[in-house]
Amino acid sequence: MIISKLKEALICLKAGRVTLPYPFAPHDPEDGFHGRVVVDAEKCVGCGGCAEVCPPRCIEVTDPSPEKRVLEFFLERCTYCARCAEVCPEDAVIVTKEFETATNDLEDMHMRVEVFMSTCRRCGRCYEPPTPLDRMMVTGFRPPTGESEGA
Amino acid sequence: MAVSDFLKKFFPKSLWVYHLNTGACNGCDIEVINVLTPYYDAERFGIKLVGSPRHADVLLVCGPVTRQARSAAKRAYEAVPAPKLVFAIGSCACGGGIWHDSYNIIGGTDKIIPVDFYVPGCPPRPEAILYGVAVALGLAPKKSAPVYARQKFLDVVEAKSLAEAASQAPDQR
Repeated sequence: MIISKLKEALICLKAGRVTLPYPFAPHDPEDGFHGRVVVDAEKCVGCGGCAEVCPPRCIEVTDPSPEKRVLEFFLERCTYCARCAEVCPEDAVIVTKEFETATNDLEDMHMRVEVFMSTCRRCGRCYEPPTPLDRMMVTGFRPPTGESEGA
Repeated sequence: MAVSDFLKKFFPKSLWVYHLNTGACNGCDIEVINVLTPYYDAERFGIKLVGSPRHADVLLVCGPVTRQARSAAKRAYEAVPAPKLVFAIGSCACGGGIWHDSYNIIGGTDKIIPVDFYVPGCPPRPEAILYGVAVALGLAPKKSAPVYARQKFLDVVEAKSLAEAASQAPDQR
């Protein structure tokens, strides 16, 4: 009984001090950690592939005008799976190691990316399927009113 | 009043936390328990896990609010003596996570009770939870900020279209 307690005490003494000095000294995550995503707007082509694969659907794609496409990231419900970065054809989505995202305001977790879209000379809005019904079938497309936030 | 000022005024010594699970997958629960282990040792800051909301100053809410858990969560919130704080831990508690539009989910914690601090992550690292507590206590600066990115070419195009519209306006009259 006593010997086992002594053994336990020895093990604890051998371990020494294990507490990390974390909030006062940085403690970087390991390689392969998925942190907050950042989009390089200059590389983005506005294909909406990230919105298609996002499991929590936290990326909203809207077209306020024929020349402009807006990608809005509501990162408060991001699950950090990094599938948007995997699927991005231009490698515009960058997964950083930023994990210190605690905030008192959800607006801090909002990211808005505005992308230029080229338009057709003849009809004014190219790269769109022919009928309005087909347009609504495009994954990731939502009407510009932004009503997909839900009731 | 900022959260840190509020904490300094009303909780000058220590925070007792009550861990409330409103339908989490247990990932965030494990990370919350992890914060209390010797490696991260939240008891340095006087944080103690208590077994009843009546003893607590802070509610740590994990998980999206399910329809089953709504009334229980509200009652737990009302049982905490004022002044009280609510921390939403994890993506589900912050905005509903991948279940934000499910039929049995009401949404994030802020849909039913007011939330003072959000710690996103799926699950958040123990460091992220500690960092959230440290920011709330005023020990560390807040780092996250909204990001607005815009292609430079868009400015050129919009300026051009504005100029075109201005030049065409007299013709239309």
